Amino acid sequence: MNLTLKIWRQKSPEDKGKMVEYKVTDISEHMSFLEMLDVLNEQLVEANEEPVAFDHDCREGICGMCSLYINGEAHGPDRGITTCQLHMRMFNDGDTIYIEPWRAKAFPVIKDLIVDRTALDRIQQAGGFISVNTSGNTQDADAILISKHAADEAMDAATCIGCGACVATCKNSSAMLFVGAKISQYALLPQGQIEASDRVLNMVRQMDLEGFGNCTNTGACEIECPKGISLVNIARMNREFLKASLKG
Amino acid sequence: MGILSSSIARKVAMALSAFFLMFFLLIHVSVNLVSVFSEDAFNTASHFMGTNPLIQYAMQPILLFGVIFHFVLGFVLELKNRNARVVKYYKNNGAANSTWMSRNMIFSGLVILAFIVLHFIDFWFPEVNYKYIAHLPEDPSRYYGELVHKFENPIRVGAYVVAFIFLALHLLHGFQSAFQSMGCNNKYTKYVKSFGKWYALLIPALFIFIALFHYFSH
Repeated sequence: MNLTLKIWRQKSPEDKGKMVEYKVTDISEHMSFLEMLDVLNEQLVEANEEPVAFDHDCREGICGMCSLYINGEAHGPDRGITTCQLHMRMFNDGDTIYIEPWRAKAFPVIKDLIVDRTALDRIQQAGGFISVNTSGNTQDADAILISKHAADEAMDAATCIGCGACVATCKNSSAMLFVGAKISQYALLPQGQIEASDRVLNMVRQMDLEGFGNCTNTGACEIECPKGISLVNIARMNREFLKASLKG
Repeated sequence: MGILSSSIARKVAMALSAFFLMFFLLIHVSVNLVSVFSEDAFNTASHFMGTNPLIQYAMQPILLFGVIFHFVLGFVLELKNRNARVVKYYKNNGAANSTWMSRNMIFSGLVILAFIVLHFIDFWFPEVNYKYIAHLPEDPSRYYGELVHKFENPIRVGAYVVAFIFLALHLLHGFQSAFQSMGCNNKYTKYVKSFGKWYALLIPALFIFIALFHYFSH
């Protein structure tokens, strides 16, 4: 198939940036979206032009590196996938495809389609962990009984790969689905209880400091999340926050 | 903003004020509905609401505060949220993952605000003037006549109908959203959502019915 691509090009964080139009031809419908961009980049290199910079790593939907806002949706028009799992069969010959970086004040553009997502790392560092004595006599985690339901829910929350699609797709650039998932994965397990109050207060404080917006419960994040993280996690975070705040 | 410095605290405050306003709407529509059935009963109910000290000096200021609080915080949140994305997308397909109502709460809210201004000019300011500025003698039979008089004007009736359609749109998202903000998302959520849809459609529909009833029957 032959496609017209309108891609955001920005040389550096300070550059103003603009949409640039490219043509690609003979794209196979079996290619992944990133492979299509590889074809474009080969074309650009051959023409002595700067290739389009975009994030990618595992290319099998697990590392959370790939991003891209494609035709107005995070990770493109398919559901439950990352951009690297998006196939060109989702598009038609002659289509024009808009490709933009995640847009949020907390995710500044580094170059072209690559944004700085370390704000999510800093939120995680503010409390997304449990403190364990690793001196050698640590209790075996399997020795603590956990209900199947709680274990399943914690695991579902823990599948968040931190790609930032929730922030990118939210009309308010809110990171609450990410933070809700990271809080939930500990809040549901006995090991997470000891630091529960500090965790939620510190992670929410850091989230606010990073400049993310407020959630207005549109539910867009849940739809666009490649791992299907549920809004239930945001409600759990709200409960945890209220509980911790009232406790003082 | 002190206690409201956290994003989640602001969400909770929005939800609590929304619950209060939704409860008020229920009371308001119930009293208005009486006017459809009985002039005397409506006068009695309105006289009670208009002269009861608890309602006048405690509930009314709380309500006024609730309305102003919900609007002001709503605008503050909207500004903060807009500021969280400085560079907008060239192409954004919001309809692919969310409802129009959920994305346009500020727009439906602004229409409701405009309506409240009109409503205050129509009813509340004259009422305050009657009782507390002009100090006119209380006439327990005046309320029905005042109501009917207001709904003689087709432009006013049309404005009310449009405003209540936007109230329905606001509530269609707002009702269930308030529960989510309070952390209530569990096995009962599907019932909350379906009750919320009924509430969001029924309450504005009753307000519209009452306005049209008086317009066409007098």
